[in-house]
Amino acid sequence: MTLEIFSYGFMQRALVSGIAIALLCSVVGLFLVLRRYSLFGDAVAHSSFGGIAAGLLIGIYPMWTAYVVSLVSALVITRIKQKFDISGEASVAILLSSGIAVGLILISLSGGFNVDILSFLFGSILLVSVEDTVLILGLTGIILIVILLLYRELIYSTFNEEQAKVSGIPVEKMNYLIVFIAGITVVTSIQLVGILLISALFVIPNVTAIMYGRSFKQTALLSIAFAVSSVIVGILISYLFDITPSGTIVMLSVAIFAVTIGLKWMGLIDHSKMPLKKLSLSNHFI
Amino acid sequence: MKVVEIKNLTVEYPGVRALDNVSFSIEQNDFLGIIGPNGAGKSTLFSCMLGLNTQYSGSIHFFGEDIRVTKKYLGDVGYVPQKPVFEKNFPATVREVVRMGLRRNGNEKRVDEVLQDVWIHELSHKRIGELSVGQQQRVFIAKALVGDPKILILDEPVTGIDAQSTELFYGILCELNKKQNITIIWASHDLDAVNKLANKVACLDRTLFFHGVSDEFFSNEELVKKYSESSMQKHMHNHVES
Repeated sequence: MTLEIFSYGFMQRALVSGIAIALLCSVVGLFLVLRRYSLFGDAVAHSSFGGIAAGLLIGIYPMWTAYVVSLVSALVITRIKQKFDISGEASVAILLSSGIAVGLILISLSGGFNVDILSFLFGSILLVSVEDTVLILGLTGIILIVILLLYRELIYSTFNEEQAKVSGIPVEKMNYLIVFIAGITVVTSIQLVGILLISALFVIPNVTAIMYGRSFKQTALLSIAFAVSSVIVGILISYLFDITPSGTIVMLSVAIFAVTIGLKWMGLIDHSKMPLKKLSLSNHFI
Repeated sequence: MKVVEIKNLTVEYPGVRALDNVSFSIEQNDFLGIIGPNGAGKSTLFSCMLGLNTQYSGSIHFFGEDIRVTKKYLGDVGYVPQKPVFEKNFPATVREVVRMGLRRNGNEKRVDEVLQDVWIHELSHKRIGELSVGQQQRVFIAKALVGDPKILILDEPVTGIDAQSTELFYGILCELNKKQNITIIWASHDLDAVNKLANKVACLDRTLFFHGVSDEFFSNEELVKKYSESSMQKHMHNHVES
């Protein structure tokens, strides 16, 4: 029974897509968390709600409209934030509430909530198609390559914007790039945990990993490990016990976080003792 | 050879003229101490020189080129801020932070060399947030040096650092200037240290009221007294306001 589930096509697609999304969310989320932009994923996801509702109303595949609306609103709000010196948390609140408001209006125009809308709100990883899986893998590959190519610029502008500017790094462009990448990642990840729980994938594995990791690379690898294991175990548990995958995945992340907090409280975590060499994959990017 | 030339630099903020018609130049291998009381415009001057503030009149040239036209000069400039500002829990080792300053395709060996130059090599695998402020400031110097700058700009870098670390810090600056021929532009409140280390002095209080050889400044009692009075007045003013 346990091994049999891997022979199902829907399960294979769910696991492959889920692992790719977990990888993406933990890497992109680390930059957001360290920039004190933890709720940005939540805000973009909520704005995508408006896009999904628009797609359903006008009969276009809702993910495409979600990509367009989310990216445009994320870039516009970032521009407004920079131009008018609005704080990060306030701009997140504006983006979040306006996205939901637009979505609700469009849904009421289209005759109210239906199964499609609910699957976007709460995720439907077990229903992911072959085309969706290919799209998720493609976007994951492209985004990870971009991050690796611009690794120094991204980490430096996250560490200290002023210092990065003085070193000739185009900080403003990096800020837009992170927002753009985060927007794509959020919409891509909606199928895994849904709009309402998306920020958990960005934030929880990273906050947990930061408590263990000594170096940036080590923290990123730990975050990936926490996110991927939560997704794999979460999908399997949800299938075996017939419960929702999105809630199970998020609660597993929360469980890892809670255990970490407990270990930290007992003084059993000391990131200065984390072995750096053993977790090193390559020294090329650090 | 002039490496920096500032002409008629004026910066105005709403209701305040932060810098008024400041002109001076810096020669290659100079160790320039910029002194002045709080609010004298030292940080404003640096933010203009580093291209962070472009709202000024006058001109700034690095290596003969107007910094409004090109940002290429930043590749030859290292900067150490007043305080090492970063997210306290930022998960990066000392080595990773220094490596941020390495140029694209830069030699990895340079990271080890600069870590040794600033006496911090044994801490290279520690998380940056675990270090004392003095050690963090040395890491920031290493980060500025790893790109092989010709000019190092330091904005009151020993603020809040204990006496022992300050001495070590000054020793490092001296060595960089004398042995590696790096031009140093250094804002400081510490007149004794400036007297000891710098070969040139610029005295700033929104306008430049002295620029020249260090001995000339410190042997002129009137100038030193004027600086001290100006500094004391500002200090008292700030104290009363607070």
